[in-house]
Amino acid sequence: MLRILVIGLVAGVFSALFGVGGGIVAVPLLVLFVDIPERVATATSLGAIGITAFAGVVIFAVRGDIDVGHAALVGLPAAVGALAGTWLQQRVSTAVLSYGFAALLTGVGVWLLLP
Amino acid sequence: MTASTIALALALGLAAGVLSGLFGVGGGILFVPALVALGLGQLEAQATSLLAILPTVAAGAWNQRRYGNFHPRLALQLGLASIAGVGAGALVAISLPEEVLRRLFALLLLVIAVRLALRAHRTPPRYPQSS
Repeated sequence: MLRILVIGLVAGVFSALFGVGGGIVAVPLLVLFVDIPERVATATSLGAIGITAFAGVVIFAVRGDIDVGHAALVGLPAAVGALAGTWLQQRVSTAVLSYGFAALLTGVGVWLLLP
Repeated sequence: MTASTIALALALGLAAGVLSGLFGVGGGILFVPALVALGLGQLEAQATSLLAILPTVAAGAWNQRRYGNFHPRLALQLGLASIAGVGAGALVAISLPEEVLRRLFALLLLVIAVRLALRAHRTPPRYPQSS
C-alpha cells in the first residue's frame, strides 16, 4: 500500500508540473514496482484519474473556466472510445500492451523534449 | 464552428477514449489540442479537458470492472495520493526552472519506456485476462 501511495504522489506531482495526466506515470510504475498485472494497473489508473479529475473540475468550475458543451463534444465520443479500448485491451497480449505503452511513453517523452 | 471542426472534435474524442481504455490514461493529451482547435484558450481547454475525462474514465473503469480488473480500493489509494501530489507539484513548480524539469521528466519517461519494453521482452506472454 505504501508503494501505491508513493506512486500516486509522484503521478500527481508530475501532472501538476507538466500538465501530463498522472496515468502515463502511474501505470508503468504500478507494473514495474508493485508488480500489478498490466490490465489491473490500467483499470486502477482510470479510477484514480476519475478522482483527481473530479477534484480539478470542482476547482475550475468555481472559477468558471469549464465549457460544458465542448466537454460533452469530446468527452461523450471518448466514453464510447473507452468502452472500445477496454474491450480491445482484453484481446491483446500483455506483451503487446507493454510495447504499445512503451511507444506511447516514447512519443510523449520526445514531444516534451521538443522546444 | 464548422461541420468539419465538429467532425474533427468527435474523431479526436473517440481516439482519446480508445487510448484511455487501452492504456489507462485520461486522454487529456488529445482532448486539450482538440479543444484548442475548437477555439478555447489554453487554460479553458485544460479545465474543460478535466470534465471530458470524467465520462471517459467512468466508462473505462465500468467496463474493466466487468472484466474483473478494477479494484476500487487500489484506485482510491492512488487517486487520493495523486491529489496530494498535485499540491506538492505546484510548490515544486514555483521553485525550480521549468525547462530543466521538463527535460528530466522526458528522460524519465524514456527510461521507463525502455524498462517496460525489456520486461515485456523477458516475460512469457500472458493470455487473456491476467488478474
